[in-house]
Amino acid sequence: MSATDNPAMVTVVPRKRRTVEMFLVLFASALSLAAYAQVDLNVQGHLPTNLTLVAVIAFVLPLLAHAAIRWRVPYADPVILPCATLLNGLGLTMIHRIDLINDPPSTGATQQLLWTVLGIALLIVVVAVIRDHRPLQGFTYTLGLVGLVLLLLPLVPGISSGDVGGAQIWIHLGPLSFQPAEVSKVLLAIAFASYLVEKRDVLALAGWRVLGIDLPRARDLGPILLVWLTTLAVLVFQNDLGTSLLFFGLFVTMLYVSTQRPGWAVIGLVLFAAGAVFGYFARGHVRIRVAIWLHPFANINESYQLIQAQFGLAWGGLLGRGLGEGRPGLTPLARSDFIATSLGEELGMAGLFAVIMIYGLIVSRGLRTALACREPFGKLLAAGLSFSFALQVFLIIGGVTRLLPLTGLTTPFMSQGGSSMIANWVVIGLLLIISHQVRRPVATTQDVDPGGELIFERPGQVSDSEETQAIPATRGTGGTADDDQPTQIHVRGGHR
Amino acid sequence: MNKPIRRVSILVMALFALLLANGTYIMVFEQSSLNANQLNRRARDEDFAQNRGSILAGDTAIAYSKPSNDRFKYQRVYPDGKMYAPITGFFSYDHGTTGLENSYNTQLAGTDDSLFVRRMVDLVTNQPPQGASIQTTINPAVQKAAYNALGDQKGAAVAIDPKTGAILAMVSKPSFDPNTVASHDIESANKAYTKAVKDPDNPMSNRAAREIYPPGSTFKLVTTAAALEKGGLTPDSKVASPNRLLLPGTSTYLSNENGESCGGAKITMTQALDVSCNTAYAGIGLKLGADTLSNEAGKFGFGSRHLSDLGAAASVFPDDINESQLALCSIGQYEVAASPLQMAMVSAAIANDGVLMDPYIVSEVRSPDLQVLSRTKPQELDRPLSADNANKLKQMMVSVVQNGTGTAAQIPGIGVGGKTGTAQSDPTRKPYAWFTAIAPSDDPQIAVAVFIEDANIPREDIAGGALAAPVAKAMIEAAVKK
Repeated sequence: MSATDNPAMVTVVPRKRRTVEMFLVLFASALSLAAYAQVDLNVQGHLPTNLTLVAVIAFVLPLLAHAAIRWRVPYADPVILPCATLLNGLGLTMIHRIDLINDPPSTGATQQLLWTVLGIALLIVVVAVIRDHRPLQGFTYTLGLVGLVLLLLPLVPGISSGDVGGAQIWIHLGPLSFQPAEVSKVLLAIAFASYLVEKRDVLALAGWRVLGIDLPRARDLGPILLVWLTTLAVLVFQNDLGTSLLFFGLFVTMLYVSTQRPGWAVIGLVLFAAGAVFGYFARGHVRIRVAIWLHPFANINESYQLIQAQFGLAWGGLLGRGLGEGRPGLTPLARSDFIATSLGEELGMAGLFAVIMIYGLIVSRGLRTALACREPFGKLLAAGLSFSFALQVFLIIGGVTRLLPLTGLTTPFMSQGGSSMIANWVVIGLLLIISHQVRRPVATTQDVDPGGELIFERPGQVSDSEETQAIPATRGTGGTADDDQPTQIHVRGGHR
Repeated sequence: MNKPIRRVSILVMALFALLLANGTYIMVFEQSSLNANQLNRRARDEDFAQNRGSILAGDTAIAYSKPSNDRFKYQRVYPDGKMYAPITGFFSYDHGTTGLENSYNTQLAGTDDSLFVRRMVDLVTNQPPQGASIQTTINPAVQKAAYNALGDQKGAAVAIDPKTGAILAMVSKPSFDPNTVASHDIESANKAYTKAVKDPDNPMSNRAAREIYPPGSTFKLVTTAAALEKGGLTPDSKVASPNRLLLPGTSTYLSNENGESCGGAKITMTQALDVSCNTAYAGIGLKLGADTLSNEAGKFGFGSRHLSDLGAAASVFPDDINESQLALCSIGQYEVAASPLQMAMVSAAIANDGVLMDPYIVSEVRSPDLQVLSRTKPQELDRPLSADNANKLKQMMVSVVQNGTGTAAQIPGIGVGGKTGTAQSDPTRKPYAWFTAIAPSDDPQIAVAVFIEDANIPREDIAGGALAAPVAKAMIEAAVKK
């Protein structure tokens, strides 16, 4: 070990765990491929005729992403890519399975595959070209403006696709249609993060104290009100409850994380409640959504899809009917909004819960990256992206399983749709580069005074933070990190 | 910033826990109620594609499932569908199930708890599940005789084994073909269903058990039973039989059939039943009182539902009636209403020494490997009259067929007892014709009730004896070996 070879210089080399990632990716691809083959076996009675081609795609695509990560961000978290790969693979399989209901089969899976290719290409761009998230901090207002414009784009006549399924959230450019809110989500998360990092000290200044909670100063409420009004506009003019909720939740959470003031969360909840009540009374669309959520069997025409989704879940039961053995086609939008219930029907509670846990894994890895990150922008961005990912999963899966009123959000990596697919791959790319920056050995060499006291620190426990905890030296010698976190060695009083 | 991030992480954990809890609730706890929902096509389609057990009459299947090469793997088939429709009911995609298909649905489908072990064995051995078969008490010969004898007349016929209460035949006309409604061609099935439902003749109604009509003079059997039991009368007692009787409290006179005399100012009970003397029976009813008559009707089964397997209707003897209404009720008019099944039960109790047996139509449920899963034990329902009085009443019924209005039911070599009825429900429509019978009189094996709703013959000719008795005769001939 270098630490013992040369007591004056300490080199910390954390384990990159790229090979673990590779095997996990191979496992995810193999699982998706097996599921794909099983669909054809069960529906058509034979293996898919294009099995070799699909196998090549299933293994090569994620391995390309893996190679880019290995090359450019080798310290990135090794679990995130395999999780995204598995979700994407299962999503494609499910869309293919629903394609087969039609005769001749529809081509949803092929389109979705093209979007996946584009998504993974974007991931590679993020990983290979951007590589470090910190420069993104320089584009606060540009990104914020573009994000807001994108968010409101579906209201622009000429490119708006108009009212689709009760909500106006699509635009069309030539033959392509697009849900710009998905891309806007990523841009605004970056913009929020850098804005809040800049302003958090001001925002954290206490104003009045109510019921033991420090509320911010009134003059600092400006930004939150602006975002609140924007999300309300999305709700009122685009009829999109889900996106509105998602953005506002994202902003309030990031505000709370950056200022560490629960007062912001309280204000956010109050504003959200006000917005929700307003939406309920102002928009018939919201009222209907709530009504069919509470009493789906009272009006079976309006709640048809929700009722069918419930039947699908019940039909799946504990272990599911088996891929290709259920009847997800009876539920409208089985391959998009309701893909989670399609999964629940064929893979059962076990399969659906496994998928939810994989989402949970991605979120936990993201939040862990946020915790470990040493600079506020990356911390905030990782936390914001992870939370919005979690919130989106919660809102849509909760919506289709009748835990919440149904909102028209996409199920990340699974539901059919290009905008969501590429946006989520970019989110994964951002989380990967942040985690790379976090786990990358900082100050790979440091002067060590042999007489100094050795203190081992875990990354993320910045020594000037109030949460610094010295880990006892009995833990081991420096440089023999036996987990996947790099171990840093600081020497107190050793500086010359 | 780590503290808020940790709190956010806990929030995220809570959100995901909610997702899992809610998923468990729907997919485990709500599962059976969602699957049982009528709107659930997944469950409905699977039920519809099941290899259901057969429904048997004697040794012949009157409903069975045969493999079919379409999306529903088994087609329900009803040989002689029209003849057995009131019993089997139908098994349809869009219109549910009726009859035994409905009441024994879980057994036929194989999803009943009693078939649990069988289901597990099928699961392990990878056999397609198969339903239990239902053995009915129907005697195909009697059923066929009744069906053919009714011909094109609108009406119904029921036969009961008086000793056990087993239903031997149950025919309702006009009928429908359940095969058309059970078709896998959903569109044509729906058309057939709509056609049957819109048909003014109501081919889908089970006139034998699920409809009630004024029983007319056949109800005089109940009045006679009450008179023997509670009125201190015997078959030889003389009763007043005026040509017409002023209904108490009104200015309306009750006359006899065709306004004729019953054969004197005073005649015996036997004679009164022979000629179905209205004035005599109205007088007897007035003497007995409403409570006694109502009580006796109740003991014969009026006012309660029997044969729940087919959802039979309860027959009615009205409450709170005045004297004139009582007089009319005594002869089976006013608001007295009975199903043919009920009238067969009246005869059956008289035939079985006064013991009324609970009618039943399913004798056994058998698993696919012919193991008996359940067997119906004949059960006594009530004793409307003593064995002695039952025998007297039986002799009076024999006299009706020998000397009275029921001569059309005579069969050489078999002692037949019976009672005719003609009920005027509404002056604008044709009266109902009834006949109820028991045979052989020395050891009754069958009790029959025949009801004809709307016979296509001139009005004055309608009488239970002329129209309904031949049907009863045909049924008795089919049932009783000479």
